[in-house]
Amino acid sequence: MRTPILAALLSLVGLPALACETFTIGNLMIEHAWSRATIGADRPGVLYVEITNTGSVDDALIGIATPVAGMPMLHETVVMDGVASMPHAMSVPVPAGQTVALAPGGYHGMLMGLTTTLKEGEGFPVTLTFRDAGEVTVPVEVLSMRAEGPDCEHAGQ
Amino acid sequence: MRLTTFQKALWAAAGLACLAYGTWVLVADPATPPRAEAAFRPVFSLPDAEGRIRTEADFAGKHLLVFFGFTSCPDVCPTTLSEVAQVMDDLGPDADKVQPIFISVDPARDRRLGLAAYTSAFHPAILGLAGDEVQTRAAAESFHIYFERQDDAAAPDGYTMSHSPALYLIGPDGDWLRQFAYGTPASDILNDLRSRL
Ligand SMILES: [Cu+2]
Repeated sequence: MRTPILAALLSLVGLPALACETFTIGNLMIEHAWSRATIGADRPGVLYVEITNTGSVDDALIGIATPVAGMPMLHETVVMDGVASMPHAMSVPVPAGQTVALAPGGYHGMLMGLTTTLKEGEGFPVTLTFRDAGEVTVPVEVLSMRAEGPDCEHAGQ
Repeated sequence: MRLTTFQKALWAAAGLACLAYGTWVLVADPATPPRAEAAFRPVFSLPDAEGRIRTEADFAGKHLLVFFGFTSCPDVCPTTLSEVAQVMDDLGPDADKVQPIFISVDPARDRRLGLAAYTSAFHPAILGLAGDEVQTRAAAESFHIYFERQDDAAAPDGYTMSHSPALYLIGPDGDWLRQFAYGTPASDILNDLRSRL
C-alpha cells in the first residue's frame, strides 16, 4: 500500500539540482539538502542541510522525518581525544542571524531503517521540525557516495 | 624586492615557530606514537573479501594509506574514503605506488553487508580487510589506534562503533610515516604523497 505513494513522492522530487533550491518557513531559509547514495538499504543513510535563521529569535531543529527511513535521528559526529563517535543530538540550535550546517563531520541526520536504496540522481522528501517555526518538508537530492556536497555554483538554471 | 638581514631573520624565526607548532600538534595528538619509536612498523594479518590473508609484507615497496572504520558509518567513513578515492584518481600513473587499505573495526557485520562492494563504490583500488576479533584488535594495537563497540538501542543491530578516524601513511619499507587528521583535504594528502614518490 505504501509503495505507490513512496514512488510518487520519489518521482515528484526526482529532478536535478534540487539541493540548490531554497525553501523558507517563517524566518528560516532551508538550502542544500542532500544525501549520499547507498548500496542497498541495510546500512544507514545520511542527511545534510543548511538552515539560516534570518530572524531575531533563536530556534532549533528538533526532529526529522522521511518516508525513506523508519528511524531517522539527529546525530552529531564528535572527534575527541583522537576518537570519533556520533552521539544523538536532542536538537540542533539555529541561533538568530546565523547559518547552521548539518555537514560531513558534524551534525547530520542519521537515516536508520532505510525503506529503499538511495540512488544517485533521485530524491526524497524530508520533514524538518523546528521548535518555534514548526514543520517544513523539503526535497533532498541524492548525490554520489563520493560527494562532499552539492555543486550549486555550476548548477546552471 | 630584496630582503634585509633583519627580514630574513624574521622569516627564519617565523619558520621555526611553525615547526615548533607542528611538533607540538604532533606530540599533543594522543593517536600519534611517541617520537622515540622512530622505527615503528605497524603490522596486520587480516582476510580480504575472498578470505585470503593479507599482511603488510604483501605491499612491500608501496606506500600504504590505512584507514580504520566500519561500513554502517554514514558520516565520517564516506568522507575519508572519498578523499582517499580522490587522491588515487589524482595520482594518475603514480597510483600503482600507493595501496589504500580499509580495515573494518566491525568485521562480522561488514562481511555480512559486503565489504568489497562498499570499498569499490568509492574506488576499485581500495582494499577492504575484515578479520576476526583477535586479528582486528592486534592490527589496531599495532597501529596504536582505538576502537570500541558502543551499545545503542536506537542504532541498527543495537550498537555502533567509535574509532580513531585518522588516515595513516606507511612507507615502502613498512615504517609509520605520519597520520592525516580526519578532514584533511585530498589535495593536502596528494601533495604530501607526491613529495615522497
Ligand atoms: Cu550518525
